[in-house]
Amino acid sequence: MASHSHSDKHEHITTYKTYFIVWAVLMVLTVITVYVSYVDFGVLNIVIAMGVASIKAAAVALFFMHLKFEDSITWGFALFPLGLLFLLILMTFVDMTTRVVVP
Amino acid sequence: MAEAGVDQSHGHQLDPATEYSSSKLGMWLFLGTEILLFGGLFAAYAIFHAKYPEMFFEQHLELNRTMGAINTCVLIFSSLTMAMGVSAIKWGRQKTAATLILITIVCGIVFGVVKYFEYSAKFEHHIYPDTSIFFSLYFLMTGLHMIHVFVGLGILAVLYVLTLKGKFNAKYNTPIELGGLYWHLVDLIWIYLFPLLYLVG
Repeated sequence: MASHSHSDKHEHITTYKTYFIVWAVLMVLTVITVYVSYVDFGVLNIVIAMGVASIKAAAVALFFMHLKFEDSITWGFALFPLGLLFLLILMTFVDMTTRVVVP
Repeated sequence: MAEAGVDQSHGHQLDPATEYSSSKLGMWLFLGTEILLFGGLFAAYAIFHAKYPEMFFEQHLELNRTMGAINTCVLIFSSLTMAMGVSAIKWGRQKTAATLILITIVCGIVFGVVKYFEYSAKFEHHIYPDTSIFFSLYFLMTGLHMIHVFVGLGILAVLYVLTLKGKFNAKYNTPIELGGLYWHLVDLIWIYLFPLLYLVG
């Protein structure tokens, strides 16, 4: 990865074995998230559900979508919208929680 | 005519490696717009969930968890076969790649059929988008997702036919990889929709 001459196209081809491992992990996480949903942890339920979903999403992006092997500009393109989405949700929440409701 | 196969790049003045990496970058940019499209709905969901937690909890129990879970498994499996298809064509195995794309298509259709039964069951119970803000978001989010599944199926069908025709090989397979990225994004969005709508409510 040291040289960046445009001619060398060091392309990564993921093996079936790696994909099967990622798939198995995704299935285990799906079972966990369904199982946990039947247990009442209060507020923690949504935290666990979103945490597990994010691990699954990361696995899909990193391996199935090959983000792990992409260059930094692709990472930038992938993460930038997530930053915007975070801002959108954060600022709407700030507005909602600080707004004085007029009846 | 003999040269047509070599020089089809009309306006493009890029070498294949640059064309490949910039195509992929463009696809990621497009996926970013998709994330923000759904992101607006996720934001709406977060706001209304915070506002009416009891209503969301009560009404999410109306959804069929088993069907949601089955569809999650179907979509994750389709992502697996799609990813394998991309590897297969990069190794030059055209027939394997075509078969894997076909399996992906079948999974997408199964997803649609399960969703059809789910929607039908809701309508039978007189649950419509105007029933409540929860079901408004449910139908909007899963409906928009379903449209993406259909678009994805269209793309995959074209890729399947072109792969069978031998248009792609170990050297040139960018469309399959980009189609795969789109399909994985559809899976990725469902990974969030499933727990949000079916599990925690």
